[in-house]
Amino acid sequence: MSVDIDTVKRVAHLARVKVTDEEAGRMTGELNTILAFVEQLDEVNVDGVEPMTSVVHQQMKKRADVVSDGGYPEKVVANAPASDDNFFMVPKVVE
Amino acid sequence: MSIVDTRTPDPKKFIKGATGDWEIVIGMEVHAQVTSNAKLFSGASTEFGKDPNANVSLVDAAMPGMLPVINEECVKQAIRTGLGLKAQINLKSVFDRKNYFYPDLPQGYQISQFKQPIVGEGEVLLDMPGGEQVTVGVERLHLEQDAGKSLHDQHPTMSFVDLNRSGVALMEIVSKPDLRSADEAKVYLTKLRTILRYLGTCDGNMDQGSMRADVNVSVRAPGGAFGTRCEIKNVNSIRFVGQAIEYEARRQIGILEDGGSIDQETRLFDPVKGETRSMRSKEEAHDYRYFPDPDLLPLEFDQAYVDALAVGLPELPDDKKARFVADYGLTAYDADILVAEKASADFFEEVAKGRDAKLSANWVINELFGRLNKEGLELSESPVSAGQLGGIVDLVVDGTISGKIAKDLFEIVWSEGGEPAAIVEARGMRQVTDLGAIEAEVDKIIAANPDKVEQARAKPGLLGWFVGQVMKATGGKANPQAVNDLLKAKIGIE
Repeated sequence: MSVDIDTVKRVAHLARVKVTDEEAGRMTGELNTILAFVEQLDEVNVDGVEPMTSVVHQQMKKRADVVSDGGYPEKVVANAPASDDNFFMVPKVVE
Repeated sequence: MSIVDTRTPDPKKFIKGATGDWEIVIGMEVHAQVTSNAKLFSGASTEFGKDPNANVSLVDAAMPGMLPVINEECVKQAIRTGLGLKAQINLKSVFDRKNYFYPDLPQGYQISQFKQPIVGEGEVLLDMPGGEQVTVGVERLHLEQDAGKSLHDQHPTMSFVDLNRSGVALMEIVSKPDLRSADEAKVYLTKLRTILRYLGTCDGNMDQGSMRADVNVSVRAPGGAFGTRCEIKNVNSIRFVGQAIEYEARRQIGILEDGGSIDQETRLFDPVKGETRSMRSKEEAHDYRYFPDPDLLPLEFDQAYVDALAVGLPELPDDKKARFVADYGLTAYDADILVAEKASADFFEEVAKGRDAKLSANWVINELFGRLNKEGLELSESPVSAGQLGGIVDLVVDGTISGKIAKDLFEIVWSEGGEPAAIVEARGMRQVTDLGAIEAEVDKIIAANPDKVEQARAKPGLLGWFVGQVMKATGGKANPQAVNDLLKAKIGIE
């Protein structure tokens, strides 16, 4: 698998990362090197092997249905560049 | 996924176009908010209508280092719902990240289930008005997080974001494209809401956004290949679903008949204008790049866990309806009305307990529900209790009052309250069954109307006029059957 410069630009845009044409060109090469490195894993035959999700088999931890958090709106918006009445304020986004 | 057409084209449902008949094909994705105290992956409250960002934990706000821990009740609610939809429950499911950017999604991704949902294929049975039964396939149900809410009208250049809803558990219930008309879509949504409410897994309040529908609409030549679909997002009432489908089908037919083609796209329904319009979002916005969420292990449980939840399920609307028809002898139509809400069914059963079931159903549906509808009241707000209504039914059955007086009595109980039997005694509403008294009235009226008597002998249908006169003279308290019998005998009609 390899990527071309258009794919790199598209992925960058989807991730909202700004890249110049020059940077995208350089990254295309770097990403393809990384992809080629990872591709070595294709040598291993994994037919019928389930993807591993945890090193030790364990059940997912669950919480009880109890309200135990929240109630601190000023803390939630404390780092917001702009807020009003504990709302986050962001540049207008209407489709 | 290949789509199987389970339906036989029905000309009654076709839409007439300029060039011929068209068939609508509809599939729905319903987002139902899970009834729970806390959110899907955090301990913040799900309560509706709180101050901005009051129900937000640092997990919901996606602060660095915060990790999701699943709320077990939400898992149980999803399983209960799956069981209620007679669906396959998957003992292992996986949470994925659905990546996109929007200010009300602080994580930059929604935790959802993509390839391995918690619930697989099921079905919903629709009883259409007119008696037709339609089985709608459910493709899947998965658990996911809700997003926050953006307000765009608070400031000229800024949007306000409230994350109270962010992280609340949703069940996305995806139907197969088995619906063929706006009416079917409305009945499907209504039935789904009824099932969820019976199960107690979603309150179904569409005006609070607890239930929202994305509607996929396409049109085709009857029985032909599926057309290109458009998705109408976030329709928030059953009536709007109907309107959106009617409009969208017409729009697509118009384009196709003019030789155009349908672009697959996402559209919005404008309830004010009654039309759908394109959201004009770029296609790449839908590149969600799903991948398994590394913060969460697969969700696993055993069959015993599912079976224990199955034992605790309430009687569901289809079963209740069947029982009402079989045990109480109700018509399917009446049973349908009664089981639509669990509270209605419970109310009816309380009235019918130890009483004539059909008569009880009549009083519940025609008198009480009719009156509640007229006044715009919910059953929970009814001034007449099941006990009071049962009391009225008892008085009719034992002949103490006539059906007509019973309606007057209902009015009194409705507006003034009180115990029906006591009211009848106190106000002298008792039916006159003393034949002597009725006979005197009958004689009087016959004597006063000799011409009408002649006419009635030739035309027995006129007897009703005499019955009316006697009832009027007795203040409606005469036993109508006795009046009828006496009149027939005296005038000499068979």
